[in-house]
Amino acid sequence: MFEANQLSLAIWLPIVGAIAVLATGNDQRAGLARIVALLVSIVTFLVTIPLYTAFDKASGDLQFIEHMPWISALNINYSLGIDGIALLLILLTSFITIIVVISAWQVIREKVAQYMAAFLIMEGLMIGVFSATDAILFYVFWEAMLIPMFLIIGIWGGPNRIYATIKFFLYTLLGSLLMLVALVYLYFKSNGSFALADLYTVKLGLTEQIWLFMAFFMAFAVKIPMFPVHTWLPDAHVEAPTGGSVVLAAIMLKMGAYGFIRFNLPITPDASHTLSGFIIVLSLIAIVYIAMVALAQSDMKKLIAYSSISHMGFVTLGLFVFNKMAFEGAVIQMISHGFISGAMFLCVGVLYDRMHTRKMSDYGGVANTMPKFAAFMMLFAMANAGLPGTSGFVGEFLVIVGVFQVNAWYAIIAGTTLILGAAYTLWMYKRVIFGAVSNDNVKALKDINSREGLFLLILTLTVLIMGLWPAPFLDTIHSSVDKVLALSSVTKL
Amino acid sequence: MNNIFADIQLAIPEIFVFSMACVILLVDRFTHERMPKASILLTQATLLIALYLNLVGTPAGGTIKAFNDMFVLDGMATLVKSMIFILTFVVIIYSHGYITERKMYRGEYFVLILIAVVGMMVMASASHFITIYIGLELLSLSLYTLVAMNRNSDLATEAAMKYFVLGALASGMLLYGMSIIYGATGSLDIESIRNAIQGMQSDDVMLMLGLVFIIVGIGFKLGVVPFHMWIPDIYQGAPTSVVLFIGTAPKIAAFAFVMRLLVDGFQALAVSWSEMLTIFAILSMAMGNIVAIAQTNLKRMLAYSTISHMGYFILGILSANPNGYSASLFYVIIYSFTTMAAFGLIIMMSRAGFEAEEISDYKGLNKRHPWFAFMVALVMFSMAGIPPTVGFFAKLSVIQALVDVDKYWLAVVAVLFAVIGAYYYLRVVKTLYFDKPESSEPISANIGMQFVLTINVFALLLIMPWIGVIMDICSEAISRMG
Repeated sequence: MFEANQLSLAIWLPIVGAIAVLATGNDQRAGLARIVALLVSIVTFLVTIPLYTAFDKASGDLQFIEHMPWISALNINYSLGIDGIALLLILLTSFITIIVVISAWQVIREKVAQYMAAFLIMEGLMIGVFSATDAILFYVFWEAMLIPMFLIIGIWGGPNRIYATIKFFLYTLLGSLLMLVALVYLYFKSNGSFALADLYTVKLGLTEQIWLFMAFFMAFAVKIPMFPVHTWLPDAHVEAPTGGSVVLAAIMLKMGAYGFIRFNLPITPDASHTLSGFIIVLSLIAIVYIAMVALAQSDMKKLIAYSSISHMGFVTLGLFVFNKMAFEGAVIQMISHGFISGAMFLCVGVLYDRMHTRKMSDYGGVANTMPKFAAFMMLFAMANAGLPGTSGFVGEFLVIVGVFQVNAWYAIIAGTTLILGAAYTLWMYKRVIFGAVSNDNVKALKDINSREGLFLLILTLTVLIMGLWPAPFLDTIHSSVDKVLALSSVTKL
Repeated sequence: MNNIFADIQLAIPEIFVFSMACVILLVDRFTHERMPKASILLTQATLLIALYLNLVGTPAGGTIKAFNDMFVLDGMATLVKSMIFILTFVVIIYSHGYITERKMYRGEYFVLILIAVVGMMVMASASHFITIYIGLELLSLSLYTLVAMNRNSDLATEAAMKYFVLGALASGMLLYGMSIIYGATGSLDIESIRNAIQGMQSDDVMLMLGLVFIIVGIGFKLGVVPFHMWIPDIYQGAPTSVVLFIGTAPKIAAFAFVMRLLVDGFQALAVSWSEMLTIFAILSMAMGNIVAIAQTNLKRMLAYSTISHMGYFILGILSANPNGYSASLFYVIIYSFTTMAAFGLIIMMSRAGFEAEEISDYKGLNKRHPWFAFMVALVMFSMAGIPPTVGFFAKLSVIQALVDVDKYWLAVVAVLFAVIGAYYYLRVVKTLYFDKPESSEPISANIGMQFVLTINVFALLLIMPWIGVIMDICSEAISRMG
């Protein structure tokens, strides 16, 4: 029972846990809510670990398969299963949720139970997205995620939160609903099946594929987000509370890329090849242009948000050059960016909690008053810039080398981001951390406490381990990547 | 004439409900002072017994006709009637406190509701233009009176007047259409009409003219654009407990009404009416969703939302195949229960002298009462069709019906308007969660109602694992239609 329903357990445990957290009631028992939430997130993480240990890395097939009929009228099933790519993303999700819970420990004082519960529900839904192998089940998890995120940004966000959260919601909803129409179309094409495996084998003409590709593209490109549908992200990030930003950057953005891997590439392989030039150009624009936009920011969170878009450009670039190394690099980049962007947002959160401003000009010389913090942030900034030895390097390096094998020019253009990325990250770091103490507020800063130190330390270790010894990550995805690439190279015409 | 008793046996639920309406009218005269609860309890009992009679009286399969083919009993009739009983039963639970506080608690209230129920039952079982019309008028006349029940309210009186005038006009259109069809086919019996049409040219002018009038009548009764003008005024002006009733059970009856007329009668003209309904659907989705954005009154906003939902609802019917019909039936059932919850929540938030009608009355509800806020939010998400609420599956079912008949562009239009629609539902959620509360009045609702309402609202979420069962029931009902 426990063995067989491992994935269901990982999905529903945090959701049921969220109800328990809500049951603790109002803010008078906030302490209890925090502890319950932490326990639930840790137990969920522990539940996801056996997924890794029992995973057969040699096989690219779906594992931990679960199947239950759900809506027979439309042949929708509750079917779950994961491959190596999904496995890593699930581990990332359950890991980041713990960090989010810890990071909110003292910071969130209003409606604590609701805050924690929203993140736990998100966790369950996100794991659901990564493990669903039925298109409608995937869609349900995918869309349901909007609700807690909408509330998280809207309730605990910054001054312009309402505009940001409604924009976020409507943008993503529009993309997803077009995907829904595409899925229903495929349902009839495949003689009444929503199972992804059936959708992979259905024959489709090129025009059909291009339409379907565009519908999926709308849904996933908005989520990633790709240029030019990225405008919701800086707004949402800036207004979201720290935890919201972390989940958004670390996991939700990855869902778009995951969607490309699960839907676009295998379902519409010919369209993917036909339109790969288009995607590559958009990716390169994101990498270079958005990196330049990041250079011009004065708000730290906005800068990191733009940097996320730029880094996600690497992911889409890696996916659409159809080269194994680039593809693996893209997946590694997804995971690594999850850790790094999460860490960066947490760093900004640490500063914001003390100073209540995100403007770089309000800072300066923080290293003098917060030396420990400055050291941690240094590492994450370097990782964000892709310094060898950190996880940021591995993904970007693999993508660039892989892309180079396909087209040297793409690689050269993408390579400029190593300079631009270093430029905006380090420039931000310099302005905030270095120099003389700029004002009295900075002078009064207290260095990180043990709680903050704890989550920054955990993230530091992860970033370093992944950077120095990426083999366990790569081994997990080798066969799965082969499988996806094989599916995406078989013509469906 | 020899089988009159067999005929009567089939109509026992109708006869029972109608007799009970008369009994309650009498009983209320005597118990009104001493035992005011008698009428409401009798009404509830009537509905439950009728539900039972309806379920046991269902023929085991196939279609049975009675009263010289004027009355038909089939799978759809049974399902629609059962839903009407259940919905009305819940309506009465929700209205109890509301009408008591507003001194509208009179025997007539229940009598009128029961007569409206009889009207809906007749509509669901009609297989003759005359029966359809009688059913429709029974329902409509009761509703006009119910809207005017609060006779001291100017708004309600005005609403009732508008409703009556436009309703009468619509009935006139319908009758006129029926008479033209009678002229063209020589019959008022739906089955004979269907057979007659099959032998005629499908672009016969007489037929088309009659069909157009009938469609206009249907459009009025459903409240789809451009025949929607009465809906916002009724929803805003009528007592909330009456809107609760109008917005739920009659919508399901309307489904039966459309099915009997268009599908049973004019199947051969499906191409024509499908086109006309397409125009209704697009206009309703557009108009309903866009105008709703501008509303500040929650009841009025829900009225426009109803208009748009009726647009989605006919998307299934205009697919003109059983898959589409069952999608529409599923949609309207889900819609009715969602609307029930929405107006139930408005009733619960209101109290004597204060109607929680303005969206701003809900500001910061999450701070005052997180539980209610959560319920309102859930209802709004369900109306917007966001998974994991049932509203999503309703939308999914009509969209798949459209794609099934290759109407891709219509499916895309439908989802685009769903995004616009999501905006104003989100605005309500925003008011609940993100705004600061302005009033700190405690919310007092009786425990029984809170309990039923909680079940109602959470059913929108927790029915998920069994949602397939409801879809199966719907397609089963449609497949057993005459």
